[in-house]
Amino acid sequence: MPDAPRPAAAVSSSPVLQVESLTLAFGGVRALGGVGFEVAPGSITAVIGPNGAGKTSLFNTISGFYRPSQGRVLFEGRDITRLPAPQRARLGLARSFQNIALFRGMTVLDNIKLGRHSHLKANVFDALLYLGRARREEAELRRDVEERIIDFLEIDHIRHAPVSALPYGLQKRVEMARALAMQPRVLMLDEPVAGMNREETEDMARFILDVRDEWGVTVLMVEHDMGMVMDLSDHVVVLNFGQVIAQGAPAAVQSDPEVIRAYLGAGDVGALRDKLRGAQATAAQA
Amino acid sequence: MMDWAYLFEIALNGVASGGLYALAALAFVLVYKATRVVNIAIGEMLMIGAYLFFAFAASFSLPIWLAVLGAVLGTGLLGAVVERTMIRPLLGEPPISVFMVTVGLASILVGLVEIVWTADQRRLPEFLPKTPVMIGDAFLAPKVAYGALVALVLIVLVLLVFRFWRGGVALRATASDQAAAYSMGINVPRVFSLAWVASAMIAAVAGIIVGSIGGISSSMGVFGLSVLVVVIVGGLDSVLGALVGGVFIGLVEALAGSYLGGEYKLLATFVVLVVVLMIRPYGLFGTHEIERL
Repeated sequence: MPDAPRPAAAVSSSPVLQVESLTLAFGGVRALGGVGFEVAPGSITAVIGPNGAGKTSLFNTISGFYRPSQGRVLFEGRDITRLPAPQRARLGLARSFQNIALFRGMTVLDNIKLGRHSHLKANVFDALLYLGRARREEAELRRDVEERIIDFLEIDHIRHAPVSALPYGLQKRVEMARALAMQPRVLMLDEPVAGMNREETEDMARFILDVRDEWGVTVLMVEHDMGMVMDLSDHVVVLNFGQVIAQGAPAAVQSDPEVIRAYLGAGDVGALRDKLRGAQATAAQA
Repeated sequence: MMDWAYLFEIALNGVASGGLYALAALAFVLVYKATRVVNIAIGEMLMIGAYLFFAFAASFSLPIWLAVLGAVLGTGLLGAVVERTMIRPLLGEPPISVFMVTVGLASILVGLVEIVWTADQRRLPEFLPKTPVMIGDAFLAPKVAYGALVALVLIVLVLLVFRFWRGGVALRATASDQAAAYSMGINVPRVFSLAWVASAMIAAVAGIIVGSIGGISSSMGVFGLSVLVVVIVGGLDSVLGALVGGVFIGLVEALAGSYLGGEYKLLATFVVLVVVLMIRPYGLFGTHEIERL
């Protein structure tokens, strides 16, 4: 896995995505309580936290599935808090889902091409007669999708396969391809390597880095795989019980006592571990 | 001794009237696929289309083509209003609630027709050619034959539109995964409207043909009952199922009607329904859904 330090220059200009004191409640349950952070353009920002910390709620609020009760989401300086999801997609905010959300029953190519849907303009008559705009748009889309996205993600061999027949890791990759077809400015990945084996995880990590380095797309991801988060990210945001308990460079976050406590559950887990170790040692001696 | 020429003629008539079932079933499947709503009022929407045509062609004596256009647009408008005022507010409610609303809708539409046009049976102006159609030695009633032809043309047109137009692509994507479609920039509420409007328009055409074959009355919504059988047999969310199921049920009804007697038509249809439900509860071509919790 690549571990070269990221160029600091990319992280300096004004944030591409700003989340300001975002609050979201489901009935009496407060999923997010005043979450705020910024995503620098060209960065890879990771949101981590224990299960139920509100990571996916945060993602759903940023992409427009949930309406926050308080707070704002700014995309390239523009307040998008009230915009419905499809319009956010058109602005350049693409996302993948934790449980793969591909269009089953369609081929890989059809799925990817659907990513471009919101950018197409041909009307029903153009499409039926396959004239002018429809033909031009289709040709352009094909070229872009086939030459760039499919090659890039190395899924050329399965382009005509129905997505439901693919193994899990490849489905994740197709979902990423579809998000890239949306020509995003910010790519939001919800657990991109969940359930993947070591090799698949490393492939995905390489794709995420390349998306940023070669395509200039800013990446915001939720991920559980700590190794990958620490290797890839420029900036890590830690959520617990719907609040940001720490954020900063991976190394700083990793050693933050608050974060360690959130992950290991107070100090007694450490104490328990010591006790176990002690017991093992005694057993070995005996 | 079996009379093969007679059987052929009966079968042909069955297939032709099955074309109408297929058309109406297509209207039903369109709404179900996009919005997961079981629209029990499909027969009544057919009826509204037929009555609007009657109003434009007979009462206002407009030219036939204009009356058809008016009826199709009028019913399409009805579809839009129904979706906006009755279906969309129920988004996220249990399917049974939405289902009951469409049951209510059916009653409302019947009531409206009886208020405006009374419950008397009426005849639509003749507009289909009257020359009998002969296929080989088999005779086809001209209305049935031309009706089936119109149905066939419209079905092909609808399939082409939804295959190649991006609105159709949006509809298929929405049917497959709403959340993904929404995040892909597809305006899901608009797709819902689109499905209802298109469905209502198709139903209107089916209604006009059905009405010009058998006349119109406030009880012609029972045609919708056979359509329901068709879509359940074919699979609620399958366009192919609607087409095959339509022709199949048309055939079964025609054969039962001729060989067993008219009163056995419905019996035969429902026996088919029961058998299909026992063997394949999700229909011949329907998606076998796995509920994930």
